[in-house]
Amino acid sequence: MTLASAARLGVDPHRDLTDYDPEADLMVLNMGPQHPSTHGVFRVKLYLDGETIVRAVPYVGYLHRGVEKLLEELTFVQATPIVDKNDYVSPMTNEQAINMAFEALLEVEVPRRARYMRTLFAEMSRISSHLLWLATFGIDMGGALGGGTTLFLHCFRERESILDLFELVTGARFHYNTHTIGGNRHDIPAGWAKRVHQALDLIASRVDEYLDLSTKNAIFVARTRGVGTLPAKLALELGITGPILRASGVDHDLRRDAPFHAYDEIDVKVQTEQAGDCLARAHVRIRELSESIRLSKLLVDGLPEGPICGGRPIKNPTQFKAKDGQAYVALETPRGELGTYVIGGGGNKGASPYRLKIRPPSLHALAAMPYLLVGGTISDAVVILGSLDPIMGEADR
Amino acid sequence: MNAIHPIVLHGLIYGGAIATVLLTLTAWGIWFERKFAGRMQSRLGPTLVGWVGLLQPLADAAKLLQKEDLIPDQADRTLYLASPPLTVFFTLATVAVIPFSVDVAVANLPIGVLWILALGGLMVFPVWTAGWASANKYALLGGMRAVAQGISYEIPMVLSALVPVIFAGSMDVNEIVTWQAEHHWLVLGPGLFAFVIFFVSSLAEANRIPFDIPEAESELVAGVTTEYSGMRFGLFYMAEYLHTLVASAVASALFLGGWNGLFGLADGIHWMLAKTLALFFMITWVRWSLVRFRSDQLMRLCWIYLVPMSLALVMVSALWVYYEPMLGGH
Repeated sequence: MTLASAARLGVDPHRDLTDYDPEADLMVLNMGPQHPSTHGVFRVKLYLDGETIVRAVPYVGYLHRGVEKLLEELTFVQATPIVDKNDYVSPMTNEQAINMAFEALLEVEVPRRARYMRTLFAEMSRISSHLLWLATFGIDMGGALGGGTTLFLHCFRERESILDLFELVTGARFHYNTHTIGGNRHDIPAGWAKRVHQALDLIASRVDEYLDLSTKNAIFVARTRGVGTLPAKLALELGITGPILRASGVDHDLRRDAPFHAYDEIDVKVQTEQAGDCLARAHVRIRELSESIRLSKLLVDGLPEGPICGGRPIKNPTQFKAKDGQAYVALETPRGELGTYVIGGGGNKGASPYRLKIRPPSLHALAAMPYLLVGGTISDAVVILGSLDPIMGEADR
Repeated sequence: MNAIHPIVLHGLIYGGAIATVLLTLTAWGIWFERKFAGRMQSRLGPTLVGWVGLLQPLADAAKLLQKEDLIPDQADRTLYLASPPLTVFFTLATVAVIPFSVDVAVANLPIGVLWILALGGLMVFPVWTAGWASANKYALLGGMRAVAQGISYEIPMVLSALVPVIFAGSMDVNEIVTWQAEHHWLVLGPGLFAFVIFFVSSLAEANRIPFDIPEAESELVAGVTTEYSGMRFGLFYMAEYLHTLVASAVASALFLGGWNGLFGLADGIHWMLAKTLALFFMITWVRWSLVRFRSDQLMRLCWIYLVPMSLALVMVSALWVYYEPMLGGH
């Protein structure tokens, strides 16, 4: 990290505390990996002066499963269900990302209907992911025994309707394994579009209620306004993408700037905010939620007829082989830019990647923690972490 | 052998009866809150134990009693063990001076209001010692927050409780209720603002959302109760609900006319209980709707708004009571 941006924030993440006021009697508090609000197994070491944080050191890796190495052992066809578990709040976009990378490497065409379906699934995932973010943000702010839980359970109720719709298509509620190289494995059942409309209308009609409990609530605003302000320059330097970057005033969204799949046929309205604080992030996500509802309706109405998978049906796991070559595909997930870099010509006579690298947006978001936490209190730490919406399964892989 | 002094006998009988009723109310207050929260969150709440889950409090207590009793190695054992029963003790002792009806009270102390406020102030100690003795950083932070919050909110609470004292000209809670029965409920007059301040401060004293900062489980795991298990945790839990009920009862007596009935209906204990439970319902409602403040915002609310406002209220009330006879108000 450049020292310039650190100086601008008045924050040195590598601050040497030996010269700190000797009277202060600093306390070191290990927050996590087992803590109710660390969104899984994130750990941050806080140096506290009273309750004010003077230095914060984040530690990741508690959920490291060696996914990238595992994918080198498996073949291209076998990779999809593994990456489902990376960003476990939005598995559809993981499947989409890895299969798009493989398709680019193997030069496989995806039929138009499959492209539309993937885009639709991605937008619906965004709805369910942002709902889950709002739910857990409520818990972070209001606790498991209070108003936060009310918000939490209502958001979960709506998210459930999205999962039900995915279940009707794929048979699974969470780890779908529905994307495959060259298209999708499951076609949409009869009458599904109508149910999508019903569910989305219901969610849209209830979003205002959630705003009453969150961004329109005076206490919520007091807790988030001006807390965890992330300047645009620092966000760019840290490689932060997605709603966090847009909340800092950078108008960047791969769905519009580098359209993939069906995004070149629909018009995505990118939501931005200037303030860069937790409240701005909340506003951006909530507006994206409404935007995704609109996009999903457009996509489900405009779903073209045709095959859902191009080329030959997949008969065995070593069907696709790449002698060499490489591909990098980045796409916009609910959390930001999920990149997949793959080099062909690996094991199983070329049916596996030689090397595969996943660039998770959550890991980059967590890099902002040492900057954002300093000067705040433990209460702020929880709110800031919640507003970054990290998924440790993705950050640690 | 002398016979037991009648005052002691009265205290024993009424004290036993009121404590039993209140503890039962507390247990089913927890049931009510869980049911209410369930309905509010589009789920059912307890349903399995007994009819509509009415026996859930008993099941909870049975479960807590079976839990392993853990004491951290580095804990200060005396303080650690003494704190949970003390919280219940201080809360329950407050009840002594609350008149549930004209003649139903454990003791009609002439300094009843002082007794309530003093014991309320003492409540800070067991919570703080629990946090201190646990040898846990989260518990320590929770205890420190509890002290800051408890002491700060004590001030607007005391000042707003002075308003009924000034109007009734007595510190005896029963006298205050009698004055309200003869004149008007204090909440219907200038006492309304004092009631609001008292109610908000009581929420803070009882550590209820949006002021549940000492427990703040999403920040401090479980705050002061982090290291406590089994029935020791259960005692904290009970004290919290008891405190909420008692705060509701005190607010009802001081501002809502206590046992005094509306519409010419008979005075009595039923009015006191109805008012207390109505306030308890409101507290529950607030709890399951709001998120919590941050500690510094909590302090700002107290010192910048509540303390000056309650000071002004005390002054206005004093002037009102002093000049009212001269203006020929009666």
